[in-house]
Amino acid sequence: MISLSDYLILSSIIFCIGLVGIFINRKNIITLLMCVELILAAVNTNFIAFSHFLGNEAGQIFVFFILTVAAAEVAIGLAILTLMFRNRGSIDIDITSSLKG
Amino acid sequence: MTSAQVLFYTFSFFLVASSLIMIFAKNAAKAVLFLVLAFFSVAGLWILLEAEFLAITLILVYVGAVMVLFLFVIKMLNIDKSTLRARFAGYLPLGLIVAAIIIAEMTMVLGHEQFGLNIYPAPENASADYSNITVLALQLYTDYVYPFELAAVLLLIAIIAAIALVHRPEQNRKKQDISEQVSVSAKDRVRIVSIAKENKEVKK
Repeated sequence: MISLSDYLILSSIIFCIGLVGIFINRKNIITLLMCVELILAAVNTNFIAFSHFLGNEAGQIFVFFILTVAAAEVAIGLAILTLMFRNRGSIDIDITSSLKG
Repeated sequence: MTSAQVLFYTFSFFLVASSLIMIFAKNAAKAVLFLVLAFFSVAGLWILLEAEFLAITLILVYVGAVMVLFLFVIKMLNIDKSTLRARFAGYLPLGLIVAAIIIAEMTMVLGHEQFGLNIYPAPENASADYSNITVLALQLYTDYVYPFELAAVLLLIAIIAAIALVHRPEQNRKKQDISEQVSVSAKDRVRIVSIAKENKEVKK
């Protein structure tokens, strides 16, 4: 049978793959957003695995809300990206340093 | 190996492989397509965990809406040739080191000694008349009805914010002005020109 730790280790591997993706794709905001989606999928798998093995549906409810928030985040993030491309003609992260922060 | 284990390792393999291809892809559209494959594998794992409603929601909402939105933006912005080539490959070793440390630590913490089958035994398989949607809905509309409505408000705010961000102010738009149309008089529109009559006959 598949144990809880199998699911937890699998989702930690996926989490780390998303993290490495953020490290190596720092120039490209679209890929950054996709890596965040991957990390969220790993976290949701954790929630559902615990919900299944502990017999408590609250974890699935939590995943439901995480999916809602992630969809809203992607919609607004891509809108900001479109706006940035329209104003600057590029979505390179290097040219977004006009605030000198 | 039981069939559940075969399914688990198949989905896990496709999940890890497609995630790796996604983060190393040079083409953003290819990355999106492999992320779709990763989400399908995640949905398969969730069905193994008897969370059918969320698995189908993941495919419908994520693959059907969010990933298609990603593809739309990638095709609209035309970034395939401009910025994607340059990448910070210098950060790859650092990222790999960090990831290896995290995976090693997590494997130690989450190993079979702490979360194995003898600590958390596998629950009984649900009976054939078990409805995941009913169970979720009973919780969602009673205990969690307030967060549920907040989620609806959040989606509304996201719609308004996305439209307000990318909406262009009107310029060169053909638009009716009703009061101007009503207050116009015939003199402004029609001009009667008297033309001198020509005497020449048309030859037959």
